Amino acid sequence: MNHSPPAISLRWIPVWRRNFLVWRKLFGPSMLGNFIEPLLYLLALGFGLGVFVGEMQGMPYSVFLASGLVCASAMNTATFEGLYSAYTRMAHQQTWGGMLATPLLVDDIVLGEMLWAATKSLISVAPILAVAAALGLVHDMNALWVLPLVLLTGASFAALALCITAFARSYDFFLYYFTLVITPMFLLSGTFFPLDAMPQAVQWGAQILPLTHAVELVRPLMTGAPLTHSLLHLAVLIAYGAAGLYLACLLLRRRLMA
Amino acid sequence: MTQNAAPAVIARGLRKLYGAEAAVDGIALDIPSGQCFGLLGPNGAGKTTTLRMLLGASPPSGGTLEVLGHPIPQEAREMRARVGVVPQQDNLDPDFTVIENLRVYASYFGLSGPALPRRIEEVLHFAALEGKAQAGIHTLSGGMKRRLTLARALIAGPELLILDEPTTGLDPQARQMLWQRLRTLTAQGKTLILTTHYMEEAERLCSRVAVMDHGRILAEDSPARLIERHIEPQVVEVYGPDVEAWFNSRARTRVERAEHIGETVFCYARDVRALLDDLAARPSLRYLHRPANLEDVFLKLTGRDLRD
Repeated sequence: MNHSPPAISLRWIPVWRRNFLVWRKLFGPSMLGNFIEPLLYLLALGFGLGVFVGEMQGMPYSVFLASGLVCASAMNTATFEGLYSAYTRMAHQQTWGGMLATPLLVDDIVLGEMLWAATKSLISVAPILAVAAALGLVHDMNALWVLPLVLLTGASFAALALCITAFARSYDFFLYYFTLVITPMFLLSGTFFPLDAMPQAVQWGAQILPLTHAVELVRPLMTGAPLTHSLLHLAVLIAYGAAGLYLACLLLRRRLMA
Repeated sequence: MTQNAAPAVIARGLRKLYGAEAAVDGIALDIPSGQCFGLLGPNGAGKTTTLRMLLGASPPSGGTLEVLGHPIPQEAREMRARVGVVPQQDNLDPDFTVIENLRVYASYFGLSGPALPRRIEEVLHFAALEGKAQAGIHTLSGGMKRRLTLARALIAGPELLILDEPTTGLDPQARQMLWQRLRTLTAQGKTLILTTHYMEEAERLCSRVAVMDHGRILAEDSPARLIERHIEPQVVEVYGPDVEAWFNSRARTRVERAEHIGETVFCYARDVRALLDDLAARPSLRYLHRPANLEDVFLKLTGRDLRD
């Protein structure tokens, strides 16, 4: 097995661009969904459920929820892209096979797919941020720092998803990952409620989840609360992304270059 | 067109192991530039694995390999910039039109800018797809898809084309059209390496063929010389009720060699007049008398058992 580190070059751009051009063809309906869905969540949960919840960590529930939605959406979008869409391109359409007959290498494809999935996260989160701002749920312009954070979060989750895709023999395989990894993370990273009331073990366990660290960065930026341990949170997200990228390159080299 | 002196492919002791199984078991290849070279063999013979190694898509388990002067897999990226590939399995981008497929594929080679539209026009013209530039992939016939795949492989002006079963699944018209294109490319001085199950295809297109089986090369030469070297010049194919009984009682002594494949007996001989006289008196048996061809060489070298 080839253990060399990922060959990083600008060759990822045509891979990213190919996915972008396909996405652009379906731009209308997908963008509509990107606006409608967060609007429904913020209105129904934020204001509907918020009436009963009242304040959470000293802020209205809808404000608390908006930053959680941003992070969960970044994770879900990148994960879907790195699993289902990437698998379609790898196995069903043989898009990667076509690329590998050109000067592109497996590492270029992995990097291009990872950065494309991160871009998709950004595309899905930007409308949430806009809707939240329009509803008065965002504190100030510092919230714009959320956008680069979403790119980083998306890239990390995409890299992890590509590692799973490297083992997949069918779409059904991805249900394990969703059930065992993504759904628990979705619920236990402080996205929809603070973890203070959970058993101590769960609180500690949550500290190893990348989504927890994304929430710890995004929530203060959107709500105006003080930002603490920001370098640590960034380092965890970067570590997940870097390790995921390296592993995805190893695993996909092994699968595609048999 | 003059031929380049340097061979397009040089392989020595090239091996590929999957576990304990050798898919390619120590082959040597010297594929000359500017010619069409055919790799023949039954399913599982190791043809596709060999092509994958040539492309740097599968690291060899042993031996040395050089393609267009580049050591492979070390310089696979540099080599692939000079090579076009027509894969066995269709992998056109279904979300793009014909012209978008070419444009996007060109971008994988780093091609863009003002020269690209002209280049796209050229390959579309070559593939007789000018009128289809804006068509979706799903509207194309099988033959058109294959020609688009060929056009795509030509987009970066490759010196070497690698084609894995380029006409499998095509109807006779589409096959003829593709053959004609491939002959044009050879005439332009490009090197072609193709695998095929169709001996007629190999005989028509290739100036040199290698017959592979069980990961080894069994014979390599021009089609004409392979036939001359391995097969008696006359062939009579006989089939019908009791063909076996007829063969055992009447024919066995009148031919040099015979093969019983499925329901047909292939009789090979230098002189078949006595055999034909005997057959003329047996209307229940159907027969075909023809000169020996590459298919006979193939069947002789690779045996008669069925491969799936």
